[in-house]
Amino acid sequence: MLNVRNLSKTFNPGTNYELRIFNEFNLHINKGECTGILGANGCGKTTLFNIISGAIRQEKGLIILNGKNIDNLKENERARFIGRVHQNPSAGVSPSLTILENISLSDKKCQKFTLRKLINKHKTEAYKEILSTLDLGLENKLNTEVKYLSGGQRQSLSLLMATMNKPELLLLDEHTAALDPKTSRLVMEKTQELIKTHSITTMMISHNVRDALKYSDRIIMLDKGEIILDVRSSQITEKELLSIYNSRNYGSPLSEAV
Amino acid sequence: MNTLILTSIEQGLIFSVLAIGVTITFKILDFADMSVEGTFPFGAFLFAKLISGGFTPLTSTLLSFVFGTLAGLLTYTLNIKLKIKALLSGILTATILYTINLRLNGKSNVGLFSYSSIYEGFEPVIILILMVFGVKILMDTFLKTEVGYLLIATGDNETLVKSLGEDSNKYKLIGLMISNGLVALSGALMAQYQGFAEITMGTGIIVVGIASIIVGDTVLRKQRFLKLTTRAITGALIYKFIGALAIDLGLAPTDLKAINAIIVIMFLSYNTFNPIKMKKADELKVVEEVKC
Repeated sequence: MLNVRNLSKTFNPGTNYELRIFNEFNLHINKGECTGILGANGCGKTTLFNIISGAIRQEKGLIILNGKNIDNLKENERARFIGRVHQNPSAGVSPSLTILENISLSDKKCQKFTLRKLINKHKTEAYKEILSTLDLGLENKLNTEVKYLSGGQRQSLSLLMATMNKPELLLLDEHTAALDPKTSRLVMEKTQELIKTHSITTMMISHNVRDALKYSDRIIMLDKGEIILDVRSSQITEKELLSIYNSRNYGSPLSEAV
Repeated sequence: MNTLILTSIEQGLIFSVLAIGVTITFKILDFADMSVEGTFPFGAFLFAKLISGGFTPLTSTLLSFVFGTLAGLLTYTLNIKLKIKALLSGILTATILYTINLRLNGKSNVGLFSYSSIYEGFEPVIILILMVFGVKILMDTFLKTEVGYLLIATGDNETLVKSLGEDSNKYKLIGLMISNGLVALSGALMAQYQGFAEITMGTGIIVVGIASIIVGDTVLRKQRFLKLTTRAITGALIYKFIGALAIDLGLAPTDLKAINAIIVIMFLSYNTFNPIKMKKADELKVVEEVKC
C-alpha cells in the first residue's frame, strides 16, 4: 500500500543547527490497516507525515503509494489521494465559511473548480445526512460559520471533510490532542467509524498509548528517526508499551493517563 | 450643500470601486498589497494614453481594468515566484509603475478636457451608480462560484485549499489581478471625472481604500448578512462625505490628507472604545471580582 524507501532528511544542512531526522528509513504500511505511530517530540513523526503528504521534500528516498511513485507530485496533487487531519482543529476547515460552504468545497475535491455556483441546493439533504452521522447536530447548523463551532465540532467536521472522497491514505496527526478527554474520545470513535466504514488505510500519530492500542491494528514506535518497535496491537499490552517507551530515557516518562 | 453632497457621492462611488479592489486583497486574501498606490494612477494614465490613441471612452475605461490586472500579476510574481515579502512586492510594483506612468504619456500631468468621457451626455452620478452596481453584482456573483469560494478559503486557510487538491497560489494570482484591475478602473473613472491624470493622484490612496473598509465595517457591524462589497461601497461613501463636510465647514483643501487620517483614527478608536465592548468588559470584571 504505502512504501517509504531509504528515506533521508536533514534540517538546516551545513549549519550549526543541522539536524538529521531520517537516515535510510524504511516503512511499509498495509492496505486497510490503521497504524498507530508513537514517539517523543522530535522523533520524526510529523516530519514523516509532512514528507508523505508532500508538505516538505526529502533529500533521498522514495514514497510509493499503491505502486505509484508520488515523489514528483506537489502537496496539492497528492491531496487527491491522501487525506490529512491536523492537530489544530481550524487547519482542516475554512473558519469564515459556513458548514454548508465548507462541506460543498470538500465535496468538489479532486474535481475541477469552475465558475459555476458552489452551493447546490439539491445536495443539501445529502450533506445533512452525512453530517448527521457525526451526532453533533451540525446538520441543523448548515449556515453557521465554522469559527463559531467548538474545537471538537470543528475537528469532527475536518475529519468528515478529509474522508468524504475516501482517500487511499489518511494521515491523522495528533488530531485529538487539542481536545478535552470527553470530546477526544468522541472524535476517536467517529474516526474509527469512518475509517472502518470506508476501509481507509490510516496512519495515526498519537501520544495517547491507550488510544493508539485501542484504535490501531499495528503500533510503530519511533526514536531519533528509527523504528524501535513494530508490533500488532493485539500482541502487546499497555503496560509493556509504556515500559518500552520509558526505557528509551528521553523526555518525561509517559504514564498510562497520557 | 447640494453640490457638496453630489460631489461626495460621485467621488465616493469612484472610490467604492477602489475599496472593492482593496477588499479582495486586504480582507479576503489577507494580503497587504501596496501596489494600489501605483495602480490607481496607472489606470488614469492608461486611460489618457488610450483615449488620446483614438479609443472610445468606454473601451479605454474597460482596457484600463484589463491592463491594471497586469500590476497584480507583477506583484504575484515578485511575492510567490521570487519569494519577496508581500508588503515589499507591492511597494516594488508601485515604484515600477511610477516610472511606467510617467513614460506612458511622457509627462506627469495629462489634461483630458479635450477628450470625451463616459460621463458625457449623462449625469456622472448616474453613470457611476451603474458602474459601481455592475462591479458589485459581478463581484458578488463571482464570490459565490466555486473559484470565488476558493479565493475566500485561500485567505482563510491555505492548508485547506491544498488539501482540496488545488494550488492556493493560483487563487492569490486571481485575487491580486482582479483587485489591481478594479483599482486601475477606479483610477480611469477618477481621471475622467476630474479631467486630468496626475502622477501624485495615487499618493496615500491605500489609506482611502483601507479607511473605506474600516468605516463600512464599523457602521455596518451589526448587519452581518451584508456582503463585503456593500460594506466597501457604504464605507467609501461615508468616508468621502465626512471629508467633504470638513472642507465645507471651513478647513482648507490642503488639510484633506490629515482629515482623512483623523477620520480613520476616529473610526478605529471607536472600535477600540466601543461602548458595547466596554460594557461587556466591565461585566466580566464584576463577574471575576465576585468569583474572587
